[in-house]
Amino acid sequence: MTPAALASQLLQLAIALALAPLLVGWVNQCRAWLSNKSAPSLLLPYRTIRKLFAKDAVVAESASPIFRLTPYIVFASMCCAAAIVPSLATDLPFARAADAIALVGLFALARVFIALAAMDIGTAFGSLGARREMFIGFLAEPALLMVLFTASLISGSTSLATIVDTLAHRELAIYPSLAFAGVAFTMVSLAENARIPVDNPATHLELTMIHEAMILEYSARHLALIEWASALKLFNYSCIGLALFFPVGIAEAGGDWQAMLGAAPALVAKLAIGGFLLAFIETLSAKMRIFRAPEFLGTAFLLAVLAMLVNQLLGS
Amino acid sequence: MTPTPLDLVIAAITAWLAIGALGLLRPRDLHFVSRVLFPASAAIAVALAVVAGFAVGKLPQSTVLPLGLPDLPFHLRLDSLSAFFLVLLGATSAAISLFSSGYFRSSDGTAPGLIAMQYHAFLAAMALVLIADDAYVFMVAWEAMALASYFLVTTEHRIPEIRRAGFLYLVIAHIGAIAILLCFGVLQGGSGDYTFGSMRSVILPGGWPSIAFFLALIGFGAKAGLLPLHVWLPEAHPAAPSPVSALMSGAMLKMAIYGLLRVVFDLLNGQLWWWGVVALTLGLVTALFGVVFAAVQSDMKRLLAYSSIENIGIIVAGIGLVILFKSYGKSLLAAITLTAVLYHTLNHAFFKSLLFLATGSVLHATKERSLGKLGGLIHRMPWVAWLALVGTLAISGIPPLNGFVSEWLLLQAFLFTPSLPQTFVNMLVPIAAAALVLTAALTAYVMVKFYGVVFLGRPREPNLAYARDAGRYERVALAYLAAGCVLLGMLPVNVIAFIDPINLMLIGSSAAPRISGNWLFLAPIDADRSSYSPLIVLAVIIGVLLLTTQIVHRFYHGRVRHAPPWDCGFPLQTPRMQDTAEGFGQPIRQVFEPFFRMERHLPSPSDLAPKYWVKIDDHWWHWIYLPIIRGAAWLARLAGLIQQGRISVYLTYSFCTLLALLFFVR
Repeated sequence: MTPAALASQLLQLAIALALAPLLVGWVNQCRAWLSNKSAPSLLLPYRTIRKLFAKDAVVAESASPIFRLTPYIVFASMCCAAAIVPSLATDLPFARAADAIALVGLFALARVFIALAAMDIGTAFGSLGARREMFIGFLAEPALLMVLFTASLISGSTSLATIVDTLAHRELAIYPSLAFAGVAFTMVSLAENARIPVDNPATHLELTMIHEAMILEYSARHLALIEWASALKLFNYSCIGLALFFPVGIAEAGGDWQAMLGAAPALVAKLAIGGFLLAFIETLSAKMRIFRAPEFLGTAFLLAVLAMLVNQLLGS
Repeated sequence: MTPTPLDLVIAAITAWLAIGALGLLRPRDLHFVSRVLFPASAAIAVALAVVAGFAVGKLPQSTVLPLGLPDLPFHLRLDSLSAFFLVLLGATSAAISLFSSGYFRSSDGTAPGLIAMQYHAFLAAMALVLIADDAYVFMVAWEAMALASYFLVTTEHRIPEIRRAGFLYLVIAHIGAIAILLCFGVLQGGSGDYTFGSMRSVILPGGWPSIAFFLALIGFGAKAGLLPLHVWLPEAHPAAPSPVSALMSGAMLKMAIYGLLRVVFDLLNGQLWWWGVVALTLGLVTALFGVVFAAVQSDMKRLLAYSSIENIGIIVAGIGLVILFKSYGKSLLAAITLTAVLYHTLNHAFFKSLLFLATGSVLHATKERSLGKLGGLIHRMPWVAWLALVGTLAISGIPPLNGFVSEWLLLQAFLFTPSLPQTFVNMLVPIAAAALVLTAALTAYVMVKFYGVVFLGRPREPNLAYARDAGRYERVALAYLAAGCVLLGMLPVNVIAFIDPINLMLIGSSAAPRISGNWLFLAPIDADRSSYSPLIVLAVIIGVLLLTTQIVHRFYHGRVRHAPPWDCGFPLQTPRMQDTAEGFGQPIRQVFEPFFRMERHLPSPSDLAPKYWVKIDDHWWHWIYLPIIRGAAWLARLAGLIQQGRISVYLTYSFCTLLALLFFVR
């Protein structure tokens, strides 16, 4: 591990931590514009996090230590995930310790803990949210894995950094399987980040919420960490999508500072467009009943399997 | 002369039998049984695991004991495969015996001394199965194992349901035993020599190897719980005392896996590729079926029993993949997959024993097995709850614990398949991989349900407030198993190096140097291809965790208030408003409706005393078992017609038979 690689690793992690709330702010702003409302400030998520850190934490009497531990675990696993996903460059030493399958495992770690914490207080909404989250997760997680498998069959590696390196810096080739995988990935990302049509991040209408129902009991620093972790999750998913399907501009492994500098505007531009598209999809669609979600995610799963089959048929 | 490892293993078996015999001396003396016999048995188990651990990778040793029938002495042999499974048996049974020291109480069921006798006969039989080197010893040990476990399952034999569950288990165990016996009959290939040594050298003609394979799959599948012979598992496991469930799920099911590996890779010469497809399909169907049924259970031990079916399915699917690779001559890939299979077998022994023992502690503390009447036990039983959390995360395949490592290796194996020459198989593999990851994701659902409903939330019944944490022996046993889950997850390189001699023995190729990059990294085939290092992942997670905590505590004012739960401001909240087990499983019930045979009763809105119930049944029961039962009853009735109970009628029968015989013999 060279110092340059370590610097690249730390820089990308720092960028993920810093930019994640901005991405959420941008998506919210776009949503507001598209639905003809006056938009909140771009920096609102930062202010929310700061405000939450200033508040007194209220912890329910029936909470166990799992409840108080969970925000830290969720935040830590999202940070780990951010350290694997290439955003600026594919020079990620930590990606050697955890490949794409481990990435899905890290998401599962966060999911399991947040669901357990939701059940911990023993309220009706908490267990409802936990049940729905695990329900969404059991279909979204395999679909995500199949998408990543398709990409790894193309590049012959399950390490995200190597996959992206191959996709970005091999001679231009069109992979039909990636088209299927791209659609599947978009659907999975919507579900996993608690977006319309599966969940609504803006709702507090009790019976329709999933993610919000699980974190109802959290306040102050715990809530701040969870909000930040959710922003990081959105950032991670966006970066995975961009790196797999639009890897243009990502700096090569062993690249120098100029390449990284060149990659930064590309990343910001791609994230801005991606965030706008996300808001666009959300504005166009309506939230589904929870029992339509398996159809939605089942479609994503089948598309991802199809992507792998197409890949097998045509050869990579 | 120093004793060989095989001698020591035989000594351990004898010692277990001796402990069992001691139990008979003072059958009612609970203190003697629990404070002397079970701890001694745990010590023997540890010794056995250590001895067997050193025997892995050594040259096979065999011996002949002048026991049994004249001219049929016991052939015993200790090779790497046996030794690996002996390590598994010793390592898990050590914890289970220790747990048993604190577990068994006086009840109106079987006397403690008698339980000790059956328990140790069970252990000894399992060890004997593993070192058997002829079909005769194997069958004797196999049957002894089935009988001993039958008596253990029916410990509470005064309850009719438990007797029924035990009977079902005994029946299916014998169907399996017949298939195994026939399998050995095929394998000896007309030579009349039933030692495994001669079976290895016999080359079976034509379709006989396939017949032997299917008989082995049925025979060992019945013991392991493969579809459709799984029905005994969810009945027998809840019926048995928890340590016995742990031993059956953790160790006995693995004996079936051992048998399958022994027959398919050691005794049969050459494998056909379509056996692999059959095993892969059957395993995946079993796994998916098991996990879907686990999701809708409301009895915690039934839930775990279905989860065992799922894990056995995954293991058999892995074996199918090994057969595929080996039949196409890809011995390195076969070795990697076999490593994943054995790794998962070992992992399952640890986390499933841990979870079954934890349910035992819960059962003792609350007298309650139904998930709908538990809850909030993390406050009353912190030791059991935190240790069970390790098992829950491990079985859900969460990094960096042990369940994830074997799953990771198995998925890597699936990703290698595109190199196979047959297009059909190549197309099958993505679908198989999809089924596997779906199963793995559902496992997380099931285990969140199990853990959340039992240990988290608020107690659903008032008497749970008197629940007491597990005793000293139980805690040590649970902590040991949890530590095993963590270590097996942390040190994959060492574990794989330990498993590797078996690859060399069964596949003829070594995988360890190609799997392990260096002491820190797992990197099958090539570090560029894929790599994983649980130690680094754990270090980074803990590092970020500590750093975040430190930063938050430095800059945060630290004011905390305790208040009643908010719950969107609903004023009246009772613990009954939490999800029950049925409620938590309901989405799965809805999505996978064709899997179940459901009877549901919905009350009418004007009903003053409304009752809602739903009964979930297994299709297989109605498709296969009930028709057989009805057929048998019909035959019995037909036979009953000729039983008139009058001596004159029977004399007429004898007369007719005599006439018929005279006609034939003439």
